Amino acid sequence: MAQRYTRQFALPRVDRIDRAAFSVTIRKNQRAILNSVTRRQNGEVRVKPAPFAYTRARTLKEAIALLSKHKDDARLLAGGQSLIATLNMRLSAPDLLIDINGIKGLDGIAKKGKTIEIGALARHTQVERSDVIAKHAPLIALAMPHIGHPAIRNRGTFGGSIAFADPAAELPACLLALRAEIEIAGPKGKRKVKADAFFKGLFETALKPREVLTAVRIPAADKNTRIGFAELARRHGDYAMVGLAACARAAGKGLTDVRLAFFGVGATPVRAKKSEAALAGANVDAAVAALDLDPDDDVQASGAVKKHLAGVLLRRVAKQLMEPAS
Amino acid sequence: MTDTALDISLTVNGERVAERVEARKTLVDFLREDLVLTGSHIGCEHGVCGACTVRVNGEIVRGCLMLAVQCDGATVETIEGLSDTTEIADLQAAFEQRNALQCGYCTPGMLVAAQDLLKRANKNKTVPSREDIRAHLSGNYCRCTGYHAIVDAVEAVAKQRAGGKK
Repeated sequence: MAQRYTRQFALPRVDRIDRAAFSVTIRKNQRAILNSVTRRQNGEVRVKPAPFAYTRARTLKEAIALLSKHKDDARLLAGGQSLIATLNMRLSAPDLLIDINGIKGLDGIAKKGKTIEIGALARHTQVERSDVIAKHAPLIALAMPHIGHPAIRNRGTFGGSIAFADPAAELPACLLALRAEIEIAGPKGKRKVKADAFFKGLFETALKPREVLTAVRIPAADKNTRIGFAELARRHGDYAMVGLAACARAAGKGLTDVRLAFFGVGATPVRAKKSEAALAGANVDAAVAALDLDPDDDVQASGAVKKHLAGVLLRRVAKQLMEPAS
Repeated sequence: MTDTALDISLTVNGERVAERVEARKTLVDFLREDLVLTGSHIGCEHGVCGACTVRVNGEIVRGCLMLAVQCDGATVETIEGLSDTTEIADLQAAFEQRNALQCGYCTPGMLVAAQDLLKRANKNKTVPSREDIRAHLSGNYCRCTGYHAIVDAVEAVAKQRAGGKK
């Protein structure tokens, strides 16, 4: 390594110059020049987000105490894959970021009896590679590759995706289809909310300002569990134009307890209850005809196109539901 | 302690770095402005384009969606580091040979993301298909090549490495 710093004075062989030029230490010496240029151009150093303070919570208790103290002026920072983007665009400008990534014990994935528990801080990649998820939560396993891109999945957290509740996101719809239970911790201790009651409106959930989402519980799949998942996006990994997460139980040759959770078609993930009933009667055409969705137009497609696409996805997913899970 | 600027120390491309940074500074801004490692590019600044892709503790991340203060104690590797160690020399050569770049803006991020796939495939003793390559690079925009040449280059290196050749 010591040789490295002498290379800039060595004969100008291309490889040597390149190596020296890439050294952090040497490059730092150029900083004064670069900064002066920057300052001259802009009058200040370029930074996108508005100023905020930053602190690391070491325990859940500490995070809740900080939220209680700072109320609406503070935001929790988990994976940051949505939050930092909104900070960069100054759509959000909190006074304080409370980094919860260092809190121990919130990233576990485990089978507990007939339930699969996923800690809020489990990264998408961790869930994607988990044997427990592959075996006992196949719908989640099927949805994972659609969530963002590899670099996003390495940072983004399972709990963050649920708490953010983007209407076109995959996981909220999966939780709704699976009858998941969401565990929340607040100043008065822990409480549980069913997925049906958790997603309240556009980016709005049952979480209160001083609360932290800590875990999600999903019923473990058994031999009668049938699942289906499909989405249409402009580019693989982007938020869906329309998507469908579905769950049902095999009963003889038919299906029962069908739950179809569409996403990208409303302010929250929505169930198509009339279609669920039709599908339980094994009538796919009737299920498509009965689609009780009324999506708004958005930048990607008109409401009418989205409704058509929902029918296309329903046919694909119906096929998956009627075949035994692999 | 809630501060708007914090002291951080981390390893960047094998070198120890200790700096004081504003809390609001993203990792890619820190790398480019404070360390003058300008190989990582800034495109969209909200996680869509992938031009700022770097490795943190061995895993690829968006440099614009992570704060520099979050990298305290971390090991960060940029395109400069990957080039310097010759880890991706074969991949860079394949990009050049197959015209897998034109303006070159996306190339650093593209190389870091491609190497991530190739490294994992090598570890699992698999060879990624063209579909695998496309899926893995789906988070990296290229506005020049139409992607075919990039997929060609990555596929060629995947086969080369699996064959045990250079």
